[in-house]
Amino acid sequence: MTLTVKNTAKTFPDGTRALLPTDLTVGEGEILSLLGPSGCGKTTLLRIIAGLEQPDAGSRVFFGETDVTGLAVERRNVGMVFQSYALFPNMSVRANVGYGLKVRHVPKAERDRRVDEVLQLCRLADYADRPVQALSGGQQQRVALARAVAPRPKILLLDEPLSALDAALRDSLRDELAAMLRQFRITAVFVTHDQAEALAIADRIAVMSEGELQQVGAPEDLYHAPASAFVARFIGNAIPLTGERDNGALILKGGRLELAENSANKEVYVRAESIRLDPEGSLAGVVETAVFSGGHYRLAIRDVLSDGALLQAHHPGKTAPKSGDTVRLSISPSDLLYLSDQPSGPK
Amino acid sequence: MNRSFSWWLQLAVTLLTAAFLIVPAIQSILAGLTVSYFRGLSSGLTLKWITRVWELYADSIFLSLWLAVSCLVVTLVIGVPAAYALARNPGRLSRVLEEFISLPLAVPGLALALALLQLYGTVTGFRTSWTFILVGHVLYTLPFMVRSVLAVLMAMDFKTLEESAATLGATAPTRFWTIIVPNAMPGILAGALTVVTLSIGEFNLTWMLHTPYLKTLPVGLADSYASMRLEVASAYTLIFFVMIVPLLMAMQWATARAQRIAQ
Repeated sequence: MTLTVKNTAKTFPDGTRALLPTDLTVGEGEILSLLGPSGCGKTTLLRIIAGLEQPDAGSRVFFGETDVTGLAVERRNVGMVFQSYALFPNMSVRANVGYGLKVRHVPKAERDRRVDEVLQLCRLADYADRPVQALSGGQQQRVALARAVAPRPKILLLDEPLSALDAALRDSLRDELAAMLRQFRITAVFVTHDQAEALAIADRIAVMSEGELQQVGAPEDLYHAPASAFVARFIGNAIPLTGERDNGALILKGGRLELAENSANKEVYVRAESIRLDPEGSLAGVVETAVFSGGHYRLAIRDVLSDGALLQAHHPGKTAPKSGDTVRLSISPSDLLYLSDQPSGPK
Repeated sequence: MNRSFSWWLQLAVTLLTAAFLIVPAIQSILAGLTVSYFRGLSSGLTLKWITRVWELYADSIFLSLWLAVSCLVVTLVIGVPAAYALARNPGRLSRVLEEFISLPLAVPGLALALALLQLYGTVTGFRTSWTFILVGHVLYTLPFMVRSVLAVLMAMDFKTLEESAATLGATAPTRFWTIIVPNAMPGILAGALTVVTLSIGEFNLTWMLHTPYLKTLPVGLADSYASMRLEVASAYTLIFFVMIVPLLMAMQWATARAQRIAQ
């Protein structure tokens, strides 16, 4: 089922504009991630789609061809996974998963069959008759997902489904969740503040900031062609390079950096993974710290940037320069990000 | 084992205090079971006085039980939704309402009864009916039900539980019955036992509101002390104990359980 959001906004009674008028379409079976820092309006948008929040007048939400804007939450047939999971503590795993079918008066035989099927898919069959409090965080998360998909919802909504787990578990469950979502083939909207989560799970990512959609696109597009400074910073931690322009080059404190053509009047950003140690490099700097982190060294280099900030670089070699060493760096002009000046940058 | 002097002293003080409190109760119970209180235990044991109490005051016992059950029904019907409404809409108005419901706790029962008499005393059919006493009991016990349920509701994230039930297709009444009530059950149970115990034991208010034809258990107790021989009054006390003590114990158990959840 396609999900379409048109001109949808939310102003809270105290005047806070949580969501500015927004248009968004999620295709049939697509997994879209709403990504942004806390307070950017992503959860508000999710709750509006669910019907838990009433949007401002003029807003329109469509499930397929049907306008559901005025439809109560219990009649929208959405599945939702809450951040806290909100499992019913008075029920067993099986009763939790079967709840949506039971309140819709699905006959018991059919209900049992569907519940068994979903428990199997979510690898919960062995825990079916346990009370939900007796489960680990990861298992509870799977129960929440199983409960949401059991009634075959039109749209599946997930509100930070991994954030209640500890970091080690989160990484392993991320790929598992992505695999399960694909298995269900339900149109899904997934809210997160963690870019790694969004990149791993989503078909497309909608980056939000201060109640506004910044850019919607495939993870690769957002990474390689961010539309704004905010997106560049938020996905892949790009940092700005500022300096005098000189005939197609940028003059930094550490030296001269050649830019691509047509880069005049555009802000220049760079990511740590685009910076290479190169004896022939045009930039010079002094290593402040060098930290080994498995696949690469994370170098912090001073005296390159004009504003006095440290330049972060990833160095994949087997040995790294020591703190205090002077190094030469190069950045390929095609690895730099060139962004038009936009008012919607971070503040 | 070698115990210190102070250990023995503490034990002695404890036992003495306990005896000081328990001996009169035992004596009273025994008085209800002896043939003659003035001749003491040597006159022999009998159930005669208990039978006499039953003959004289069976109506009071049944009225008290009936009142307690009715009071429980009314406080459940009013109190549980009221607690739910207060928990759903936290704010200054809810605080004020909660305090208002709790007012009968602070106002003496006698004053409450006087107010009821002043207002409704002239409505003869109501004044002489058992429902008049019921109104007094409900006023007095409602805050216990509301607070007990409210405490348990506040301790859980019932709003998110309800939202998740709503996304699964449950309508508001279904959510109330399948999510709110079962999860608030420890609070409801603690509140219910408190209401029944208080209603059966209530004297102040009931004494003001009762008519000669409507005596509850405690009012009958006062009546028997005033007008019957000591053995009958003591036998009455025994019956009262037997009814109220198990209730009291159940109430303490249920309240402790609800408090553990509320923490």
